[in-house]
Amino acid sequence: MVTEIEREIDRSKMQVSDEVAIQITNMNKWYGAFHVLKDINLTVNRGERIVVCGPSGSGKSTLIRCINRLEVHQEGSIIVDGTELSSDLKNIDKIRSEVGMCFQHFNLFPHLTILENCTLAPIWVRNVPKKEAEETAMHFLEKVKIPEQADKYPGQLSGGQQQRVAIARSLCMKPRIMLFDEPTSALDPEMISEVLDTMIELAEEGMTMIVVTHEMGFARKVANRVIFMDAGQIVEENEPEQFFTNPQSERTQLFLSQILGH
Amino acid sequence: MSDQSYVRTEMLGEKPPPSSQVGVVKWVMENLFSSIPNAIMTIVSVWVVYYILSGILPWAFQSSWNATSLHGCRAYIAETYGEGVEGACWSVINERWKQLLFGFYPKELYWRPVVTLALMFVAISPVLFTSVPRKVMLFSVIYPFLAFWLLWGGSIWLPIVAFLGLVIAYLAIVYLPALVGSLGATIGAGVLPILFWIVIAGPIIDGLNGIAPIGIEGVDSDQMGGFMISIIIGVSGIALSLPIGILLALGRQSPLFIVKTICVGFIEFIRGVPLITLLFVASVLLNYFLPPGTNFDLILRVIIMVTFFAAAYMAEVIRGGLAALPKGQYEAADALGLDYWKATRLIIMPQALKISIPNIVSNFIGLFKDTTLVSIIGLLDPMGLARAIPADQNWNGIVWEIYVFIALLFWIFTFSMSRYSMYLERKLATGH
Repeated sequence: MVTEIEREIDRSKMQVSDEVAIQITNMNKWYGAFHVLKDINLTVNRGERIVVCGPSGSGKSTLIRCINRLEVHQEGSIIVDGTELSSDLKNIDKIRSEVGMCFQHFNLFPHLTILENCTLAPIWVRNVPKKEAEETAMHFLEKVKIPEQADKYPGQLSGGQQQRVAIARSLCMKPRIMLFDEPTSALDPEMISEVLDTMIELAEEGMTMIVVTHEMGFARKVANRVIFMDAGQIVEENEPEQFFTNPQSERTQLFLSQILGH
Repeated sequence: MSDQSYVRTEMLGEKPPPSSQVGVVKWVMENLFSSIPNAIMTIVSVWVVYYILSGILPWAFQSSWNATSLHGCRAYIAETYGEGVEGACWSVINERWKQLLFGFYPKELYWRPVVTLALMFVAISPVLFTSVPRKVMLFSVIYPFLAFWLLWGGSIWLPIVAFLGLVIAYLAIVYLPALVGSLGATIGAGVLPILFWIVIAGPIIDGLNGIAPIGIEGVDSDQMGGFMISIIIGVSGIALSLPIGILLALGRQSPLFIVKTICVGFIEFIRGVPLITLLFVASVLLNYFLPPGTNFDLILRVIIMVTFFAAAYMAEVIRGGLAALPKGQYEAADALGLDYWKATRLIIMPQALKISIPNIVSNFIGLFKDTTLVSIIGLLDPMGLARAIPADQNWNGIVWEIYVFIALLFWIFTFSMSRYSMYLERKLATGH
């Protein structure tokens, strides 16, 4: 799965700061008796773009879903923006409003227009006045290049357009971190690149991003670190050039040969 | 240029289609006689419709409107249409329609239920149609108390003080979260008004009645009857069962064990019992449980039981709608930082209710028709009157005419509900 990324990438703003955005320490998670995530340690600095890859069932989606507590971890700690995730609902809501998330199946709200999808959370969570929320929404819809669809319903848009709306919807909350859970897996090939383009633009503006994806072209060009997971563990972690040209573990080599072989 | 090449030099105009493709002929061919079995069925159906109408129409139209007894009717029909003609005796409707509509409500006060009904349409209009100004909603909130006062009459202070309980609930929702958190506020909004109604409301009403006895003539529950009672019970049941049903459906899905158990227990118990049993409990048993001397209105008791019954069914219908929603909708709402109540109100419920509209409305229709069961516990709803009127010597032996009239009344209401639900489904379609 390599979608060629043709555009020049502007790396001037893509700088990693020393400030820690996410700190995961010795994190373990079980589904019943099944040990899904084993001793995960991961530090993400502000401005980092991290791609998480691995075979299905390796726990990569579960990992990023733990970061905004869509999944609950049982051991270890996750600290996002200095706030520790615990069962305290106030902390969870605070973190969720700072961390944007895009899903494989977009999960737009089908009963609301595109504009309403984008203004809902700012109005109800951040108490932004409606007019201001709409202006922000139009700004981000222009950024993802679909302002003309604002009054349509999600069901009337193509998959690629829906995913771009989903990105705009997250951005309207002005998040400091963006999580992407296989954002292009449900899309036709020609729509993948329009979504990747939007994500690259975000990266160019210095957004902290964690992306679960099989798009190795994106990983190579945009990520500053690639994480390979298998069987609930982080198997290999490296910068993209090293990761792709000189993978260390056998499991990674096998995975890369399968995914890049075609 | 070869022989096969061809270039069109002038474009063709449009010709009218052959007669088999337009208008009545086309419709008839396509819909009634498209094949031999279809043609046979068309002919059989036409014959059946003719057979039924040829029986009913002469009966309905060779009728008497102004007689004062069944005998009078028969004499008039025999005289006008000839011996042996079976005709409808609409005279009974002509004489008793007010009773079928209002029961034994005092004649000079008929304007009160009529005004109440008219105001009901105003009160439900903002709920039914989004084009109605939102401010009318305020009237919808006041309406139940106003309707109670108009129908039962009596002191104006009772509904006003009862309304204050609602105001207290509202204030609790708005101002308590800052003091005791949202869960505390929700509990407060439930408990405080009840305390107010039970403990403080009585003395306040007595006091106010002492100071300023303002009121209109009171009407007792046992004077009420007819279609009016069906509407009172049906509309109250519908208006109350939907919100209670929503809460029960949410409670059933709650991760909180006690809330869940109470909701499941309530739903399964109420659904497991026939409505008629609940109505008997309302009419007979409740009096044993209540402290002696309490005069708890029978219609009110019936409304409570009907509401419970409908709410249990409503909860299951809405649970079906909730189950049909993809998990991603909950996750997206969570990921945006919406809390449980906001996510439920803005994302989950609008979609779950939309999916459930046909079932909800069909439950409403069922509930409305089930109100006729109250005739069994002695309330004189139309069905009760349909048995009472033939007991009058003049109308002894009359059956069909009254039931046809009642059926027509119910049909008008239920058919409008069904049409409205279709309109709502079309309006809410967003192309997915």
